[in-house]
Amino acid sequence: MSTIVLLLITGLGLGALYFLVASGLSLIYGLMGVLNFAHGSFLTLGAFIGWEVARRLSDGTWWTLGASMIAGAIIGAAFAAATEFFLIRPLYLRHIEQVLVTVGLALASVALFEGIWGTDPIYVVNPEWLGLTTEILGARIPNSRFLLIGCAALVLLAIVLFLKHTRYGLIIRAGVENRSMVTALGIDVRRAFTLVFAIGGAAAGLGGVLASVYYGYVSAHIGGSLLIFAFIVTVIGGLGSLAGAAVASVLVAVLQQFANYYLWGTGDLAVVLALAAVLLIRPQGLMGKSVR
Amino acid sequence: MTKISARMRAGIIVAASVALIGFAALLPLLAIDIPGVFPGPSYTPGTLQVLAYAMLIAALALSYHLLFGLAGMLSFGHALFFAAGAYGLGVVLRNFAPEWLPPGGAFVAAILITIVFAIILSAFVGALSLRVTGISFAMVTLAFAQAGSVLVRRNPGKKTGGEEGLPLDVTRVPDALVGVLQTKNLYWLALAILVVVYLVTLWVEKSRAGHVVAAARENDLRVRVLGIRPYGVRLVIFAIAGVLAAIAGMGFLLLQSGVSPRVATPDFTLSLLVIVVLGGVGYRWGAVLGAIVYTLLDQRLTALAGSEAVASLPDILRIPLSQPLFILGTLFILVVLFLPGGIAGIPASVQAARRNQTVEEKELV
Repeated sequence: MSTIVLLLITGLGLGALYFLVASGLSLIYGLMGVLNFAHGSFLTLGAFIGWEVARRLSDGTWWTLGASMIAGAIIGAAFAAATEFFLIRPLYLRHIEQVLVTVGLALASVALFEGIWGTDPIYVVNPEWLGLTTEILGARIPNSRFLLIGCAALVLLAIVLFLKHTRYGLIIRAGVENRSMVTALGIDVRRAFTLVFAIGGAAAGLGGVLASVYYGYVSAHIGGSLLIFAFIVTVIGGLGSLAGAAVASVLVAVLQQFANYYLWGTGDLAVVLALAAVLLIRPQGLMGKSVR
Repeated sequence: MTKISARMRAGIIVAASVALIGFAALLPLLAIDIPGVFPGPSYTPGTLQVLAYAMLIAALALSYHLLFGLAGMLSFGHALFFAAGAYGLGVVLRNFAPEWLPPGGAFVAAILITIVFAIILSAFVGALSLRVTGISFAMVTLAFAQAGSVLVRRNPGKKTGGEEGLPLDVTRVPDALVGVLQTKNLYWLALAILVVVYLVTLWVEKSRAGHVVAAARENDLRVRVLGIRPYGVRLVIFAIAGVLAAIAGMGFLLLQSGVSPRVATPDFTLSLLVIVVLGGVGYRWGAVLGAIVYTLLDQRLTALAGSEAVASLPDILRIPLSQPLFILGTLFILVVLFLPGGIAGIPASVQAARRNQTVEEKELV
């Protein structure tokens, strides 16, 4: 019993991380039809900037962690908005080229991060509480998982409130539904594009700081490895569906944890098989609309 | 008039290709040194190694061109088949040693077994992933490649060597293909692979199947309305591309006398995508040119990154210059943004610009 609780809650923690990456990916794809390969770089940059901020302030307090989380989110949003403005916008509606540009950006930026911060992982110092464990139903859960779950839940809530109760949220929801209709009504969707990129980048940047808490280190490849799973989550959940991304991140992460524990460490393979199965049975994903 | 000139043009192209291949074949016997491009004179093993590597990557890029350039299938998992060829041959050579076959026969048998394995693998992966199209297809192929990459790293049954990679077992490889001194034989082997892959690619493109997938790339619905189901033809193209990639992978194993898990990673497929786009999507020789330019650039930029001149620069210049992938990635972005036809598309776009100009001049007169 305690093992199952442990696997479930650590799975939720990992799922929280996936969700922070996948939410942005899914929104961007839903609105613009762009599969963003550079999303991992937003996350990595957020993680590095968060670490730089934490290094300059006093290390290891909650204030420092809060400051680095805010810094990571801001820098992620700025990087993402700049990417949309300078690289995606000139290639408007040419989806393959847009994907290619983000591929190039991912390659170039990871190389640049390696050049600036080196190839070795940099270990981070966190508040002491995060290194301890809490006992729930006999399972000793690392406290950092609670932070991750809490943050992801807040991000989900914030994005849902934004989408449901603001004017731009309305435009984005309408744009996901039918972009040409929104344009025909005289609304400039392009501003919504930049905004969606910025929101996705902020979530990814925050995810970067939290990933450094989760793994205990920062490296130039932290984003790339998470990105593949986030892609899988996005496709399983249904491209463009925020709720689908949330559900699928939890499902994928929990499946991964259970397969790793009970099926001799085959978590990665189990996730890939799940993706293949979902695509063959339900190509549009769990909560997606029909494929374009 | 037009018929003769078309035939003459074809003749010129064939003659030029034969001359180019002949020149490439003679390169190990000549002493050509292009400073800054080659690491040394053209007969030295170092230079031949780099050139042979570039040719194998060119063969791989050609097979990717069949998928992406011809059939318009954006696959993120093509590295899987290259790795299947390299690892397949490596594993078979290690574990398959029938007594009744002479050493040379065992080598040929191992190659045939690997090819059969590649056919089965690519047909299986293709049959599953072609059930979806577009971005979903890209994702499924990425997932399969990721599964292959995980499998290779996990080292099942101690067969693939895990993170360290799999060294080539030379006991059943002909002596002519082993050792630094035989690099020129390996170079000729790589050239032969490239020529064969090019000819197969040409043949597929000119065949009826090639026309059907090209038509389905442009307008899937219209092909269906004509009564042809693109699925089967796409599957054939997918399998052919997979087998060609596996052949390039076998050459890679022999040339590098081993294989590392790097060739199974999604990043390797991404670099393949970079090559094809750099050379020009849809152009056969664009893929070849892109591969050779990319490999030489990568090699030279790595040498530049380690040089004294770069190390003495201030940080703001030193850091970007010491990362070959940063420069290549930036170059790639610039090509996508400003040169949609890639390197091979330059003549066409220059011609188009000139034609527009003359039209404008005529209108002015």
